[in-house]
Amino acid sequence: MSAPSTAITLANLATHYPALQIVLPLVTAPLVVLLRGTRLVWLIAFAVTLACLGIAVDLYAQVLQQGEISYAMGGWAPPVGIEYRVDRFNGLMLILICAIAAVVLPFARTSVEKEVADNRLSLFWAAWLLCFTGLLGIVITGDAFNVFVFLEVSSLSTYALIACARDRRALTSAFQYLIMGTIGATFILIGIGLLYMLTGTLNMADLAERLPAVTQARTLNAAFGFIVVGCSLKLALFPLHLWMPNAYAFAPSAVTAFIAATATKVSIYVMLRFFYTVFGAEFSFGSMPLGEVLMTLSIIAMFSGSLVAIYERNVKRMLAYSSVAQIGYITLGISLATTSGLAAGMLHLINHAMIKAGLFMAMGAVVYRLGSCRLDQLSGLGKQMPWTMAAFVAGGLSLIGVPLTTGFVSKWHLASAGFGAGLPLVPVAILASSLLAVIYVWKVIETAYLRAPLENATPVKEAPISLLIPMWIMVAANFGFGIQGTVIWQAVQQAAVQLTGGV
Amino acid sequence: MNWIEHYNYWMVILLMMLGFYTIIARGNLVKKIIGLNIFQTSVFILFISMGKIPGGVAPILRDDPTTVYSNPLPHVLILTAIVVGVATTALALALVVRINEAYGTIEEDDIHDLDTGSL
Amino acid sequence: MTHHFILRVITKLLIPLILLFALYVQFHGDFGPGGGFQAGVIFAAGLVLYALVFGLDTASQVIKEWVLLLLVPLGVLIYAGVGLASLYFGGNYLDYNVLAHDPVHGQHLGILLVELGVGVTVAAVLTTIFFSFAGRGQRDVNEVLKKSSGDGDAGQTS
Repeated sequence: MSAPSTAITLANLATHYPALQIVLPLVTAPLVVLLRGTRLVWLIAFAVTLACLGIAVDLYAQVLQQGEISYAMGGWAPPVGIEYRVDRFNGLMLILICAIAAVVLPFARTSVEKEVADNRLSLFWAAWLLCFTGLLGIVITGDAFNVFVFLEVSSLSTYALIACARDRRALTSAFQYLIMGTIGATFILIGIGLLYMLTGTLNMADLAERLPAVTQARTLNAAFGFIVVGCSLKLALFPLHLWMPNAYAFAPSAVTAFIAATATKVSIYVMLRFFYTVFGAEFSFGSMPLGEVLMTLSIIAMFSGSLVAIYERNVKRMLAYSSVAQIGYITLGISLATTSGLAAGMLHLINHAMIKAGLFMAMGAVVYRLGSCRLDQLSGLGKQMPWTMAAFVAGGLSLIGVPLTTGFVSKWHLASAGFGAGLPLVPVAILASSLLAVIYVWKVIETAYLRAPLENATPVKEAPISLLIPMWIMVAANFGFGIQGTVIWQAVQQAAVQLTGGV
Repeated sequence: MNWIEHYNYWMVILLMMLGFYTIIARGNLVKKIIGLNIFQTSVFILFISMGKIPGGVAPILRDDPTTVYSNPLPHVLILTAIVVGVATTALALALVVRINEAYGTIEEDDIHDLDTGSL
Repeated sequence: MTHHFILRVITKLLIPLILLFALYVQFHGDFGPGGGFQAGVIFAAGLVLYALVFGLDTASQVIKEWVLLLLVPLGVLIYAGVGLASLYFGGNYLDYNVLAHDPVHGQHLGILLVELGVGVTVAAVLTTIFFSFAGRGQRDVNEVLKKSSGDGDAGQTS
């Protein structure tokens, strides 16, 4: 078959990267279902994830060179058609999601074999790819309704992934998450509907142009409220976080590592996109008391999350509560409503994704050997699984924010952004909450290294190398970006300047 | 502002609150799903009623230039949302079936008791 | 097998009409209200009706479960394949204009294929959902029947 004259070439393939970013995993998911039951399935999924990572990196490079990329789906020019838009912020998010997926996938292959029934494996990978597609789609799209669709694609597949675990409590936590997640997504849908009523458009850039004319309308306030609450549910902001601990604790470990590092982060992205691009900072933080509300909730989240984590005996649940606290840090940075606060929030968003992916993978390796991650069963594990526990310690140091780790870099910037905004209490709160993190991380370290193994416990071996390598890649990233702290910081600063500096 | 003119919104609010109440107050998981469906339906009505234009006809191109068309976009959006709703309901029911197989009950309180007993 | 005689006759009369109507909604979707999702739902409704009246075993002889599981991803692949084809012919993703020499024909062809993919997937998914739920229920019923051995009234499920 001879190619037509206008045929796609390698040179113009790059112009279609925004579409391919989504389409590649989307097409692979049904293929995986068709190819069921083969080892090939995982290889294909991994190859596609790597290809997506390549595309994401290339897209970001394109953005750095020539500014924002806009891609018209179906050839319909925006604002009529659906627009895919890549800028400095979501370019970074795309890389983050793809990189986390690429590191967690090799881990998942081994870990999932133990935690998911064999006959479900090919469907598991299909759901995984759909979840990946959904997350990328939320980030890349420039259309408000499309956000809802991809949000549901990723959420529905996440519920299925969580329910894949063998523990029956996974079913109830998936159900709980489904109810809460659907309410959150429906709230976002209501908000988008109200925005559409006001303006007659769904394109984000177009919305941003038309909304300033109607800032007096009460409908706008209602739309804002619905979207904020919906996003807060999805990102597990303090009083709306109740779905998260169980979902993280009982999901297969690889799924936990993946969604803890990406799903909530993507929801934060959606919220920021609406705050800054659609509603505009002036409306969000000026007309609406968003800064005050968000800051109060963030600080409560930082302390309540850490406090509950201290008393938690299941380490995965402990880490989930610690995520509630860490999300508090991110929203605290956002609530400062300054460019440096926003950048610090984004930085912690990326860093926390790396920290939690590493920590949950370490716990996944423990579950792989022990079949559980109850704190008392970890006794003496420091000698039996030295590499795994060392990775946990390293990740824990980053979580606390010890110098030379990414956690330190982002907390440093958060604290200085707090000073910059004239709120000296913010650094104090960050420091105090970090001290609480020391306590719960220390509890795990103490149990693993200083206690003798339980008498009736059968000694276990170190985790297989296929689990250790992804884990240590994340740990290395934590220290690498901690020492070279300016690399990400500069990128997020540019992203923050772009978000706050108008369209 | 005449509130009778906005009766569709009152219906939306009524349905939304009914659904929301059912989700929160009922311990039976299937009833929760029903509540969730009512809740979603209220949003569908919100969207569809905004696309209605008095005297508007189905948006199929006619030769007469004076024809008033209803706005098709909300319908398309809601068709998508309905698909999502169907998928959510199917997944939720599938989970309930498996919860019933694993626990032997679909009452939230009983499940909670069984879980805390097994911890 | 003589239970519900009227129901069986009427169903047999109705099902071809339902399936035909589904095809009409599917292929007339270009010119009037309709489209893949509606058509798929109607088509699945026809199959579900058949399964309800004649039992799951008979229905799964009519349409095998592995066929359904094949059709679910196939429809998605048709949809995505159209998009990839338009990429191949030099347009944006899902840009139907480039699919034929004339953009109008291209739009026709594109939407027809895409809606076909949607229809196939929706019909297959909804039937699969029904089959898998009903299949579980039937297993339970069979167990109950085995326990209460020989109550005689198996007309509901077989």
